[in-house]
Amino acid sequence: MYNRKDLLGLRELSADEIMTILNTAREMKARIDDPSLRDKSLEKSSIVTLFYENSTRTKMSFMLAGEYQGAIVKDLGVATSSVSKGESLIDTGVTLDQMGTNIMIIRHQLTGAAHILAKNVKASVINAGDGSNEHPTQALLDLYTIYEKKGGFEGLKVVILGDISHSRVARSNAFGLTKLGAKVTLAGPSTLVSSSMKSLGVQVSTDIPSAIRDADVVMGLRIQFERQRNMPFPNLREYSSLFGVNSSMLEYAKKDVLVMHPGPVNRGVELSTDVIDGRNSVITIQVKNGVAVRMAILKLLTECNSRI
Amino acid sequence: MSSILIKRGRVIDPLNNIDSVMDILVRDGKIAKAEENIADSADKVIDAEGMWVMPGLIDLHVHFREPGYENKETIATGSRAAAVGGFTTVCTMPNTNPVMDNAVLIEYTLSPKRNAVINVLPIGAITKGQLGEELADIGTMAAAGACAISEDGKSVDDPSLMKNAMRYAGMFKLPVFDHCEEIRLAKGSMNAGDRASILGLKGIGNDSEEVMVARDIILAGATGCQLHLCHMSTRGSVQLIKEGKEKGVNLTAETAPHYFTLCDEDITDYDANFKMNPPLRSKEDRDAIRQALKDNIIDVIATDHAPHHIDDKNCEFEKAANGITGLETSFALSYSELVDKGWLTPTELVEKMSCNPARILHSDKGSLGIGAAADITIADVNCEYAIDVNKMVSKAKNMPYNGRKVKGKVLYTICGGNIIVENGELTEKYR
Repeated sequence: MYNRKDLLGLRELSADEIMTILNTAREMKARIDDPSLRDKSLEKSSIVTLFYENSTRTKMSFMLAGEYQGAIVKDLGVATSSVSKGESLIDTGVTLDQMGTNIMIIRHQLTGAAHILAKNVKASVINAGDGSNEHPTQALLDLYTIYEKKGGFEGLKVVILGDISHSRVARSNAFGLTKLGAKVTLAGPSTLVSSSMKSLGVQVSTDIPSAIRDADVVMGLRIQFERQRNMPFPNLREYSSLFGVNSSMLEYAKKDVLVMHPGPVNRGVELSTDVIDGRNSVITIQVKNGVAVRMAILKLLTECNSRI
Repeated sequence: MSSILIKRGRVIDPLNNIDSVMDILVRDGKIAKAEENIADSADKVIDAEGMWVMPGLIDLHVHFREPGYENKETIATGSRAAAVGGFTTVCTMPNTNPVMDNAVLIEYTLSPKRNAVINVLPIGAITKGQLGEELADIGTMAAAGACAISEDGKSVDDPSLMKNAMRYAGMFKLPVFDHCEEIRLAKGSMNAGDRASILGLKGIGNDSEEVMVARDIILAGATGCQLHLCHMSTRGSVQLIKEGKEKGVNLTAETAPHYFTLCDEDITDYDANFKMNPPLRSKEDRDAIRQALKDNIIDVIATDHAPHHIDDKNCEFEKAANGITGLETSFALSYSELVDKGWLTPTELVEKMSCNPARILHSDKGSLGIGAAADITIADVNCEYAIDVNKMVSKAKNMPYNGRKVKGKVLYTICGGNIIVENGELTEKYR
């Protein structure tokens, strides 16, 4: 059962709510490839995307997820909107609210932006990434992919590697996976993985081979050069040799390990090309699942907001 | 000028070693008598039975935003908020617009046209425009009435410029009020720690404060300047202050009520009313600050009263302005947390809110001695109530204490023999 106006993060969701989303996504997935299965259940909904930061797959998959269900979907070009005239986030939100928007999907460079928007509008708000806080729909599609491939979460060993300190994906996954019973290790150089992350209920490691040992899932994260002030490691060659995952490093994991990555990938940095394209990789499947999960979220929020 | 007789109050006057029930007679703006059972008649009699009668409270650290940000606060509104909080003297920080860096602006602040109801003493900037490049007009500001210099809001980045400022200010007996922050270590919006990890906010470590505390204590030792450290928030700073004082550096320190009443775990949502700089620290830091007040390592409770317009706070947490208001809650929070819970004696609280600030300013205030200016605060420490942000006199409402239960209400504020606050409210003449 999902009974909230908004989807702001996995921190506040229960395991039951997460499973409701994943089970709904399972119904949705077939509709991506087979248009005859699609219905028009969201034809009375209007959806606006507000992306204060760049995005390819999140924004596009949200827009398609809405259109596959018959919704009106519009993108507020933030760079060409009144935001560039200095309009506040709240004022922008209230304006869209008055125009009859039912769902606002926001990505913002500041932590908590989606939360302040949600407090000030009647529309449902979906957090598509806020600062260094959360990216719940990415984590939900990761969870769905694991669920589909492994059948459950209890006792699974999941290793998330790379630029943890700047990663809202790592944080949302850590919240979600631990609630569902998986054991999570965050691994990377000490300048990118803070020991204070242990407060999320996860292990923290700087030793990649031992972190990967017997892993069921290895998730690489992109080094976010755009968020670095001082380079946290000397150069990319040193990074990939000490902290990157190539096929020989992957030997430490279980034979049927899933290799995942939220994209976009820096090929040859966090993951080597043979691992990205290898038989354990589900990176392209994640993208399709992203549409299914977002279709499910749009459906569930629409149902909730009509009840409220 | 009229006379006031304050009857049967508990007079707490640390500088004269008094803590006993007696009467005080005010005549011509000065303390005329302080003894038991004064029989003189007076124009006004205040029955202070069961109440504390203290030298007027002094706040070394407030922001009144004038000139430049009058939508947040003005000297007129800020001084009224101060009076309601029991303060008879406040020192205003120079991060106005334009920056308070020359004698003309000092005179502007001191002008009767600003309509202050208590003593408002401007602090001059250390560098021109607070840009950290060249010294502000420190000598002429001192001559015009500046009470100290400070770069509040940031540190002077260049240590040689800071050292020069310390040397130069010493000539004019001006204390240096020091905001300690190594900005390159402070790229965040709350305290670094578990709570920041959970909320996904970038953290500011204790090191950002302590690196600069250490630097400036060393520089004060080298120059002999009078250094006063503003809004201390970490246990590491406490240790550095202790060591500095033991070495004989001319050093004092202040903290603010939020650093001994709240900690980072109180931030549960993205409510910017909990955002200030330095940030609310860990529980261990909060406890260390309380202990440092008790051990007299921290000499002063100041408010860092930082009024902001709602638009500067009702927005994304990371974008929101730093700071909270404090003048109207400081005495109650300090009494409730420190005296009522046994950390400080009543005398020690009065020292930290009046006598010590006066000493740092080289002022003869902070005393109820015969002949002293009649700056007097009377409070009922048994009065319990919930803080109500909507009843604040300040223009601003940005504070994290709305609804908090406290003890201790200021009922009378007398400044220079004038009753500014009566029964907890501004008297008609000063509204």
